[in-house]
This record gives sequence, structure tokens and C-alpha cells, in this order.
Amino acid sequence: MGSKSTTAERPRASAEPGRLAIVCGLAWLVPGAGHLLLGRRQKGLIFLVALPLMFGIGLWLQGRLFPLDMSDPLVFLGAIANRGIGAPYFLARWMDAGAGTVTAVSYEYGNTFLMTAGLLNFLVIVDAFDVAMGRK
Amino acid sequence: MSHFWLMALFAFFVSLVFAVLLRDEPREQLKTGAMMLGGFMVTAYVLGWLMYPFPL
Repeated sequence: MGSKSTTAERPRASAEPGRLAIVCGLAWLVPGAGHLLLGRRQKGLIFLVALPLMFGIGLWLQGRLFPLDMSDPLVFLGAIANRGIGAPYFLARWMDAGAGTVTAVSYEYGNTFLMTAGLLNFLVIVDAFDVAMGRK
Repeated sequence: MSHFWLMALFAFFVSLVFAVLLRDEPREQLKTGAMMLGGFMVTAYVLGWLMYPFPL
């Protein structure tokens, strides 16, 4: 008879919840910081450079940072994606960047870069979580 | 910058992040990233030509 994995047999989390929260929070705030904290220097440095650069290119292409507007689901989802990048988002808001120029040729490209940078950072956070749990 | 190069730049960043996430060894990362970038570029190029006659 084949054995099935039960709750008791599953490996226990190798990290404390507090440390996991710190790793994930830091990974969100500064892209790549979670990996750097966990000793994955090469990966951390690549994320630290690539994701904010991608976000910066999105701003340069006159993309828009969307408001958290619940009345328009697509704008709301775009806003969540924008905020995925962490500190660069708040820095951009503080500098009044990301107003978006709808008439610009590169407007949609800008939006795509801005949102994708945030979404990729969400994946990086999940990866940092897995590393902290000892799964990778 | 042209639409083509913006698309290439976007494909580069996405391939880079995915390759680094998925593979641990630099050599494997390079191989995966190059294959992913090539896939993005070829697919975009082919789709671009398929859409060429539209709108009819």
C-alpha cells in the first residue's frame, strides 16, 4: 500500500514566524533584500538591480501608478501590481512621478513595465519565503 | 526607442528574473534565460507578422 503524506509527516517549518515575516517584509520593501538576508547574494543582487531598474524604465516611459480605486477592478488590480515593488513605488510617489501621459506612445509600455516589476517582486517574495522555510 | 526594442527590453528583464528564480547555478541560469528570451522574441515576431493583415 502506498504511503500518503499526513500532517504529522510533513517537514516542519525551519524558520520562526517572526523571522519569516521579516524576510518577506524586507523582500517586499527592497527587491532582493530577502535573498541577501538569507545569504543568496547572487540572486539578491540581480533582483536588487533588475526590478527597480525595470520600474524606473516604466516611469521613464511615462507609465502611470494607479490609485487604489475599488470602483474599477482593473485599475485596482493594476494598483496592487504597482505596489508590489515596495520602496521604489513610495519613492516615485514622493517624487510625484508616475502621473502617466495617456497620449504618449510609450504609455502602455510604461504601465506594463511598472506592473510587471511589481508582480515579479511578488514572485521573488514567495521564493524568499521558500528559501527561509528550507524548501529550496 | 522603437516598439521592437521596448519589447526586447521587457523580454530581457522577465527572462532574467525567471531564470534566476528557477535555477541556482549561473550556467543553468544563463541557459534558461537565453532560451526564454529567444522564445519570447520568436513568439512576438511570429505573432506580429500573423497580426499584420489586421484590421482587415
